[in-house]
Amino acid sequence: MRKQWLAAWLLLCVTSIASAQLTIEITQGNDSPTSIAIVPFSWAERDQLAINITAVIGSDLYRSGVFSIIDKKDMLSLPDNSGDVFYRDWRAIGSEYILVGQLSKVVGNKTLQLNYELMDVQSQKTILVGQVSAKESELRGLAHAVSDDVYEEITGIAGAFSTKILYVSASQSTGQFVYRLMLSDADGYDESIVFESGEPIMSPTWSPDGTQVAYVSFETRKAAIYRHTLASGLKERLTDFPGINGAPNWSPDGTKMAMVLSKGNNPDIYIMDLTSKRLTRVASHFAIDTEPAWTSDGKAVVFTSDRGGKPQIYKVTLEDGWVERLTFEGSYNARARMLPDDRGMIMVHRRKGQYHVALQMFDTGRIYSLSKTSLDESPTIAPNGAMLMYATQYQKKGILAAVSIDGSVKYRLPSTSSDVREPAWSPFLD
Amino acid sequence: MTLLKSVKTTAGIALAALILAGCSSTSTTDSDDTMVDTMPVEAQPVAPVEVEDAFVIGTVLYFDFDKSELRADVRASLDERAEALQSKSGVLRLEGHADESGTREYNMALGERRAKAVANYLSSQGVPASQIETVSYGEEKPAMLGGGSDAMAKNRRVELIYSE
Repeated sequence: MRKQWLAAWLLLCVTSIASAQLTIEITQGNDSPTSIAIVPFSWAERDQLAINITAVIGSDLYRSGVFSIIDKKDMLSLPDNSGDVFYRDWRAIGSEYILVGQLSKVVGNKTLQLNYELMDVQSQKTILVGQVSAKESELRGLAHAVSDDVYEEITGIAGAFSTKILYVSASQSTGQFVYRLMLSDADGYDESIVFESGEPIMSPTWSPDGTQVAYVSFETRKAAIYRHTLASGLKERLTDFPGINGAPNWSPDGTKMAMVLSKGNNPDIYIMDLTSKRLTRVASHFAIDTEPAWTSDGKAVVFTSDRGGKPQIYKVTLEDGWVERLTFEGSYNARARMLPDDRGMIMVHRRKGQYHVALQMFDTGRIYSLSKTSLDESPTIAPNGAMLMYATQYQKKGILAAVSIDGSVKYRLPSTSSDVREPAWSPFLD
Repeated sequence: MTLLKSVKTTAGIALAALILAGCSSTSTTDSDDTMVDTMPVEAQPVAPVEVEDAFVIGTVLYFDFDKSELRADVRASLDERAEALQSKSGVLRLEGHADESGTREYNMALGERRAKAVANYLSSQGVPASQIETVSYGEEKPAMLGGGSDAMAKNRRVELIYSE
């Protein structure tokens, strides 16, 4: 409802701007998707819901690249339970799966309940039965929960539609910049401002439990690292050393934070114990060491260094301090993030003068570009490892974009209002 | 199954204000290939300075792609400023910047390297370390928006900002 109010308010003021949120534009679809029919859920009440739940589920599943969505006008019937499904009708229109359900009001409060069933047309069986409930104001969340369930049942991979993203927005008015750390659903909806400043905000990152975020802010006219508890808004300055205070990255167990400090004259990789605030330097060289990221097992940190002359990705094993170079293809590889299973990493890779988001698998060592535009950076991976989001330029504006890990599906998330960048995908949230 | 609690703010109106403020256009100006330039109008607000000091000491130095070495013409202009600084007691803030190619945190390090290269040179010319401070903004505060090689060349810079 808030969004509608805002939209109405904006319409009164300026007619050229429709909405503030990120919008999704699919730019490349999968060539052999699984087809699913999402039959509009039955709804006995007379009032119109603010959110079209089946449309949100369809958008989620389509965006994953795994599915094509059967058009409602091709459906021969609109059943709301498995007992009313005639499989022949669905085979005739090429549907491999069918999702049906009944939406109802729970008497006495403002909660809605959805009972849903997923059927496999080939085996003519119901393969999933579920029930979710949510407040009327949180129907998008309800839809994402169903998408997660359906996606996992069919692909065997946990769905990440109920996750969130952090990103930085920057807008300029009469020469003054306004920087904002934004929080939204993974599809760009329901955004809110976490923090706002007239000075740059950078490098947002999540705590592994999703309750806190950390970032770099120049609000004191120099860089410092802050952590911010989302529920309370409580903010703590973690470092404020001379020089660079940058690139915070939480350890998988949540007790430590890797970061870059140049207090020793050159940018080096440090680890801070978040309880004692004690710092340990884990990578040090007279060259630039920056952009640390933990391996999922918490035993090593990968980082960017130009100690070999050009920026490449290195890994330091924390137990013995052993440093090993990981990238050998190309003259610019930077800002790695590990895949959730540690079998590979995503990074920024320069090829023919263009900066792409790329994937390197450790078994082959080969680097694959996943994006084709020229100023791509800040890749972040969904907690299920299936999609990654990154920042790029489109029509001279900073936008977010996403690509599936196999490169088959791409979509853009431009903002209607400002330059956006540095997406950080949340962990799974409860 | 539990649902996410969405984090709400009461900043609807502030958000709307941002959207209104977001309707700015980017301007482009002709490229200028000289390596030493006076402060461009897009530069960040500067602490109060005496006009003649700002003219002598405040300036912008430009750098080559992915480089932090000072060019000969840059050194010559710094010599002048080093001399002027020695008769002053104020602080010279060196703000290092990078263009938008490459990653943001790496560019922070590049901006710092550029600011420190200028600081080291000024020190070698007799300016006391107490009179110099460095900060890197990486690619976060571009002098010129819109990409392209002209804008990028304008963004690879160190701004010298003098305040009493």
